[in-house]
Amino acid sequence: MQVHRYEKIWLAIGGAVLALFIVLLAVNAFAMGMHPPSDMQMIDPQKVDQTPPFDKPGLKQIGEKEYDAFMTAYAFSYAPAVIEVPVGSKVNFHVTSKDVVHGFEIPGTNINFMVEPGFVNSASQVFDQPGEYLILCNEYCGAGHHLMATKIIVK
Amino acid sequence: MLSQKADHIAYTTRIDRAAARLSLAYILVAFSAFGIAALFGMLQGMVRGGLFELPGWLNYYQILTAHGVLMGLVFTTYFIIGFFFSGIARTTGGSLHGTALRLGWIGFVTMVIGTVMDVVTILSGDASVLYTFYAPMKASPYFYIGTALLVVGSWLAGYGMFASYAKWRREHKGERSPLFVYLAVATMILWQVCTIPVAVEVLFQLIPWSFGWTPTINVLLSRTLFWFFGHPLVYFWLMPAYAAWYVCIPRIIGGKIFSDTLSRVAFILFLLFSIPVGFHHQLMEPGISPAWKMVHVVLTLAVVLPSLMTAFSMFAVFETTGRAKGGKGLYGWFKHLPWTDVRFFAPFVGMLFFIPAGTGGIINTSNQMNAVVHNTIWVTGHFHITVGAAVAMTFFGVAYWLVPALTGRKLTATANRMGMVQTVFWTVGMGIMSLAMHTMGLQGVPRRTAYTTYMDNPEALNWIPWQRVMGMGGGLLFVSAILLIAILIYLAFFAPKGYTEYPIGETDGEQAAPALLERWTVWLSVLAVLCVLAYAYPIMEQIQHAPPGSPGIRTW
Amino acid sequence: MQPDTEKKTGKISPHTEEEPLKGTFASVLMLGAFIVVCWFAVFSLFLNRA
Repeated sequence: MQVHRYEKIWLAIGGAVLALFIVLLAVNAFAMGMHPPSDMQMIDPQKVDQTPPFDKPGLKQIGEKEYDAFMTAYAFSYAPAVIEVPVGSKVNFHVTSKDVVHGFEIPGTNINFMVEPGFVNSASQVFDQPGEYLILCNEYCGAGHHLMATKIIVK
Repeated sequence: MLSQKADHIAYTTRIDRAAARLSLAYILVAFSAFGIAALFGMLQGMVRGGLFELPGWLNYYQILTAHGVLMGLVFTTYFIIGFFFSGIARTTGGSLHGTALRLGWIGFVTMVIGTVMDVVTILSGDASVLYTFYAPMKASPYFYIGTALLVVGSWLAGYGMFASYAKWRREHKGERSPLFVYLAVATMILWQVCTIPVAVEVLFQLIPWSFGWTPTINVLLSRTLFWFFGHPLVYFWLMPAYAAWYVCIPRIIGGKIFSDTLSRVAFILFLLFSIPVGFHHQLMEPGISPAWKMVHVVLTLAVVLPSLMTAFSMFAVFETTGRAKGGKGLYGWFKHLPWTDVRFFAPFVGMLFFIPAGTGGIINTSNQMNAVVHNTIWVTGHFHITVGAAVAMTFFGVAYWLVPALTGRKLTATANRMGMVQTVFWTVGMGIMSLAMHTMGLQGVPRRTAYTTYMDNPEALNWIPWQRVMGMGGGLLFVSAILLIAILIYLAFFAPKGYTEYPIGETDGEQAAPALLERWTVWLSVLAVLCVLAYAYPIMEQIQHAPPGSPGIRTW
Repeated sequence: MQPDTEKKTGKISPHTEEEPLKGTFASVLMLGAFIVVCWFAVFSLFLNRA
């Protein structure tokens, strides 16, 4: 099998670039803790309303400028309706679904994950800029999917 | 055995009437589905752009489901099978034998029944679950059964192709199989393997659950089984386009196949590495550990290599051909390509689209980086330039010669010119639409979402102008689709009788392809090992450590 | 008509080192550069948003 010299060089360069991407991603994920949201915690999807802390969705302060936000997603809304935190806060979102699969996205940030019945999914974000941040559902969940949104107010 | 008349047709088309009829039947359904899907696609664009409101009896998500199913599953699968049957007949002596024809027709009927069930359930509003049908949204059981029949029919058609290939090998012991046949067989093997997980999902999870025989469903498992199938699905679309690039394009531009062996190697790599990679569609999901996600990311990036090989081969075919025609200097050969021949021009533009499309794919699969684009309309833009441009434009280019070649008519100069116009419309429309989608996606605009301002949220209001641009791109695409269908109807029924070539490239010397390449048991074993490595443990975990299941819900 | 010549073996004229594929090489290198630029653009967007 004959391979042209330029093709060999091209494939070597291509392979090296792909390897570089892999190394950068692996270092960033495994050494710097920037994993994709992959929470393994389970919950009975039919008993979310009886399972703490999701029976009372809301914010919980866990540090000087750090909060846990326990939220539920359901067709076609999130609970709690609005969240407010001071500027510079780190918010750890923990979200689960009471019915179908939903999305959880804050445009302009890296907060973007799937919310699936049976699991809690989590991601964290530091809010350095004051303002109103839109939270929206980015996975089709039914007739009112395009209305499913809430916001987080940073003051 | 053939009558005088059939003999005459066999001579003018190079494919006998029985094979041509089978192939045409598939192509006909493919483009009928395409036309309906294009109409729905245009409506979606208009709605999302805020330019149009659907009447009360039609729902955005219903036509979105119809568009996805008809374009992604029906148009592609039918076209691919029709194209492959014709090409196999063309390169194995001009006909298909009894077994292949029988399986081809049984498969066709099965697929049509499945397609009708899907269309009826979608149009009656009982299956607005999109073409990914994610549980626990529960559609009518007949939607799932229809989808299963569509897949089973395609299996039968694949068996027909395998039978042709086996027959050819029995009759040509020790010879290398025709390249087209080899590429078709590799693609259909990929399809047979990758549809197994989705068949398991549909047969053992969705159907019993949607009938109410099982109360709940394991959601994560169903998604994993779906994406076990979902990524090779896109290679099932892409590989036939690559087959046309490797085998037909060299002949159309008056050149030779760059490397027969490397084409086969590329397809083997696609077969091996496009299946055990589904978690890169589930990077933002709970319940799958970061380490397993990374394993799939690495395997996904491995499948980039055969595409890099394909890029080299294509440029090389163009350059060697252009130079043989007198092109000088670094890029002098470029002028010598047949720019006014739609059979070349449409697939060529498709190839150009594949450059940003493939790049976007690498970005999508990049593990944590997926958070930037996941479920945003960037992804929609991405697959509209992969399957909707690179693949679809190649299929259009093929259809322009395949349809008249099968009906014994001529691809006239006028039809060619109209085809060029159609290609330009598609190019501009897709260019505008996908650019808008990619731009919006980076700002976080969600995909699969009807027109909304999120209660006049200022950020969401800023997106509307781009959504309008996207809708206008969709409008141009629809004009192009109507033009395409009109030209194909002309070529099938009204063009003057005559000869249109079925272009099959020749190889340039060399070519003692390693016999290993045709030992499918070896490749299937390697593939099985890769699938076990990538999936056995995570799937076992998802079954053994599953959360309580979900009951089905109808949220539309 | 052309018979199915693709299955023929025979004459040897393999792609030799001298075959002028400079344009091809330049083209794929530009393609590679495009991939790298786009990838790093999105990666930096990701890092900036973190």
